[in-house]
Amino acid sequence: MNALPDHCEQRLGLVIDLDTCVGCQACVTACKGWNDQGTTGPLDDVNPYGTAPSGVFFNRVHSYQVQPADGVAEIVNFPRSCLHCADAPCVTVCPTGASYKRSADGIVLVNEAACIGCGLCAWACPYGAREMNPVRGVMQKCTLCVDRIYNESLPEADREPACGRTCPTGARHFGDLADPQSPVSRLVADRGGYDLMPEMATLPTNQYLPPRRKGPPPRTSLLAPLLDLQASGLAGWLDRLLGKI
Amino acid sequence: MRPAASVILFTVLSGFGFGYLAALGLGVVTPTGGAAFGLWGLGYALAVGGLLASTLHLGQPRRALLAFSQWRSSWLSREAWAAVASLLVLAPMALSDGLGLGWPRAIGGLGAGLALATLGCTAMIYAQLRTVPRWHHWLTPALFAGFATTGAAILAQTGALAMGLCLGLSLLLGLGFRLGDRQFAASGATLASATGLGRIGTPAVFEQPHAGGNYLTVEMIHVVGRRHAHKLRAIAVTGSGLIPALVLLTLPAGWPATVLALTLHLVGALAARWLFFAEAEHVVGLYYGQR
Repeated sequence: MNALPDHCEQRLGLVIDLDTCVGCQACVTACKGWNDQGTTGPLDDVNPYGTAPSGVFFNRVHSYQVQPADGVAEIVNFPRSCLHCADAPCVTVCPTGASYKRSADGIVLVNEAACIGCGLCAWACPYGAREMNPVRGVMQKCTLCVDRIYNESLPEADREPACGRTCPTGARHFGDLADPQSPVSRLVADRGGYDLMPEMATLPTNQYLPPRRKGPPPRTSLLAPLLDLQASGLAGWLDRLLGKI
Repeated sequence: MRPAASVILFTVLSGFGFGYLAALGLGVVTPTGGAAFGLWGLGYALAVGGLLASTLHLGQPRRALLAFSQWRSSWLSREAWAAVASLLVLAPMALSDGLGLGWPRAIGGLGAGLALATLGCTAMIYAQLRTVPRWHHWLTPALFAGFATTGAAILAQTGALAMGLCLGLSLLLGLGFRLGDRQFAASGATLASATGLGRIGTPAVFEQPHAGGNYLTVEMIHVVGRRHAHKLRAIAVTGSGLIPALVLLTLPAGWPATVLALTLHLVGALAARWLFFAEAEHVVGLYYGQR
């Protein structure tokens, strides 16, 4: 039986800093690159070089414009992947037990050999974390790079999810969110990390750090010095003449 | 949600089939001899045919037997058990009716209970999903039960009961459309909560994460099916209940009236089930600025 574990010794997950993410899509590419060739691969594509390419990705980076009540709008880049929820609805709906959550570290995985491709787990996920493999007819999802994080054949620095390892701005932090003293837990506490769609009652492990408050906007336009042009010579004479008419 | 033909056929046919098997099991109609084999056979064909149609929806149908393993947590698994159990328990009742063995009706009653439990499990597969607010409502099981009992009552030629159920179903369906339209807003899920960016301002989609479609946009953000929603709602409400009730009221009782009423009812049921999927909006669409 693959019901949800009552307790997970660790709650491994990601803390994603929306303040520092620059939307470069490097995590998308690194994720696809590692997992396409790792133990969960391939992440098949359909018509990859055609006019309507599509395929499996475990990580997508959205881009939103946020308009504060006061001040100018800002762009927030928003990586979206599996949140390895404590109360993961994708696990309990699965009729075959292919979808499961590990009690040791809280990682939610799919046993592809037992998946019938009914798609119900993807329907149950609010976050769009699961995508059906269009070639093999089985569900796939983020594994938190389970084949990297425990992989002793890799240098220690590489034993973190490919998305975080590649992030050029350090916007993706990996660690144990069950340990209140872990660096990720302290980040969440310091920066006011939050759950996505709490009304769905999934208790996500992954946390998002909000963009920091920006200072007040400058009083005058940033372009003001450029606009204050003083005409001279003939143009200046014409300017003064026409101004008097 | 994408209205997949296999799932629409499955839910309409097997719903009707299990409803009719329940009616036969309870002895609402007690055909004998060849008629018994014919009518029980029809019930079995609809129920089993619907279940087979549902396997077309699977990516790996060869592993379908594994779906029996998670009955403690999964409604889909419970549905598989309930379906097989009801078909097995009702088999002796069918045999008894056909051969005139006179075995106790209690067997049929138990089988009917299991058939209705199957319908309940099917409905709960959808109703359990918090992510599709329109489905996450008591109306989902109520409508599944309404369709199954109405179709069965028409085919079982129950007269006034069938007419009453027809009218009740149309009312329920109308109520379902009305309440369903409010469910997404009532769920509280918005782009602001989906991204958490509501705490710094009002978010809007600036740029999509990918230029082409993906599994999510095809499966859960399916807007094409809603194009004729108003016409389909009218067909569903009138076809599944009001017109069949009128047919049963005006035409002389008999097979021609039954077949006509049932055909109209099934057309209405198919329209309603199409909309059940096409109008169901998944919260993941929020991330794409679409529903």
